[in-house]
Amino acid sequence: MAGPGGDMQWCFSQVKGAIDDDVAEADIISTVEFNHTGELLATGDKGGRVVIFQQEIENKSQPQFRSEYNVYSTFQSHEPEFDYLKSLEIEEKINKIRWLPQKNAAQFLLSTNDKTIKLWKISERDKRPEGYNLKEEDGRYKDPNTITSLRVPVLIPMDLMVEASPRRVFANAHTYHINSISVNSDEETYLSADDLRINLWNLEITDRSFNIVDIKPANMEELTEVITAAEFHPHQCNTFVYSSSKGTIRLCDMRASALCDKHSKLFEEPEDPSNRSFFSEIISSISDVKFSHNGRYMMTRDYLSVKIWDLNMENRPVETHQVHEYLRSKLCSLYENDCIFDKFECCWNGNDSVVMTGSYNNFFRMFDRGQRRDVTLEASRENSKPMQVLKPRKVCAGGKRKKDEISVDSLDFNKKILHTAWHPQDNIIAVATTNNLYIFQDKVN
Amino acid sequence: MSDEVEETRTSDDQQEMEDKVISPEKAEEAKLKARYPNLGAKPGGSDLLRKRLQKGPKYFDSGDYNMAKAKMKNKQLPSAPSEKAEITGGHIPTPQDLPQRKTSIVASKLAG
Repeated sequence: MAGPGGDMQWCFSQVKGAIDDDVAEADIISTVEFNHTGELLATGDKGGRVVIFQQEIENKSQPQFRSEYNVYSTFQSHEPEFDYLKSLEIEEKINKIRWLPQKNAAQFLLSTNDKTIKLWKISERDKRPEGYNLKEEDGRYKDPNTITSLRVPVLIPMDLMVEASPRRVFANAHTYHINSISVNSDEETYLSADDLRINLWNLEITDRSFNIVDIKPANMEELTEVITAAEFHPHQCNTFVYSSSKGTIRLCDMRASALCDKHSKLFEEPEDPSNRSFFSEIISSISDVKFSHNGRYMMTRDYLSVKIWDLNMENRPVETHQVHEYLRSKLCSLYENDCIFDKFECCWNGNDSVVMTGSYNNFFRMFDRGQRRDVTLEASRENSKPMQVLKPRKVCAGGKRKKDEISVDSLDFNKKILHTAWHPQDNIIAVATTNNLYIFQDKVN
Repeated sequence: MSDEVEETRTSDDQQEMEDKVISPEKAEEAKLKARYPNLGAKPGGSDLLRKRLQKGPKYFDSGDYNMAKAKMKNKQLPSAPSEKAEITGGHIPTPQDLPQRKTSIVASKLAG
């Protein structure tokens, strides 16, 4: 995708976060999400904190147009809790953030940890009242006998203050760990999914939730698969999908019945039984599922690949893109160090022509569906000069290593890019390494 | 007798070589089984899933601890199985192996 004539050339724009190598666990980024206009970019971390960046648009008519994201608001969304009954700690790590479409001056987002979802209102205050009749400027009450005239208080400008306040807390509805939340296109309801159940909520009501999927077996010994991700269709408010640890995706229609245990469609790629190994099921587990913006396709991410499915075809994906096939001969060590269980996310660009996902060694991959080309790029401090063009990277699977290539054995498996996000309209991407957030921009924007 | 053993080994090697040519996955599987002979046959089965569902550090529970101690008096503790063969939830934490509780909350470095 780097190349002449209208192709995308990705340039470094900004990096957020500390430079030092000693990463505090709380600083590990756990989710990244643009809002519906792309003006706001939210991150959540393992310490339960949310940081929101806002795009400051410099002169858009200038050829070297650069948009910078600066801190807009930051707050503590979730705190660590303790389940006394089970002697288990409930992590404050933010698993997912989802923005609500904007309806008035304020912005709303849902953030969730393993057990509790919260609706946050982020509002701006840039005026304050002055000239009360009964109060001094510092708040003290005046002696009423000293007041001889009446005046109307006025609103005077003040420095912008951004306030975040929790408006709803949706708690106690999940026995297992929440992995997904998804706002419905009806803008009234949303779903939350844990390992075995999916619940439907109304954004206004916190003391009740409808269970719409329950895959818990009567006998837990018979458990064979868990729910790994779920999402509402972008336009059809009755449709949602959920993926499983066995590599299947089920599409459900809420009009069919109250409990959607019976799927409307089952998406599964048939597997060659002779190729089956100990690792087959583990690497087929889907870590993320995302509908395309146009609602005609969905993308799934499993350990080694990204698959694009046409919603009208259940028996196989229409596209399969290899993310890091060279890891297939390293599965034994990846199982031993638990990397095989890493949950990578994936995302679409605004017009559904390119998809992106992360890999190891701080590499991330983009697949251009139309041009049938892919590229590997790296998020690193070495490539972080302003507007520096990112050079494509190449991994050498075996045999003779060329000059700029990196061998599989030299990859750093502790540097994983699990979370990436693409601006809904422009070619601006946010890529999260362990504790840093990189923002890259297409040179020809 | 030694001839027989040698023969079996050669055919195993051959099979392994064939497998490696056919599938790097199967070669990796052989490696894993060699390191962990107690590994169950069902990798994605309920053991793995139950371990996943139980994520989160378990803290010291005096009830569990005393029950485990009482059980230990009656029969000998089995040798600690390899982590990959058994759900970790079977281990009763002792006061010694508890993780430290979290420190106070500080502002995110992304906002700095």
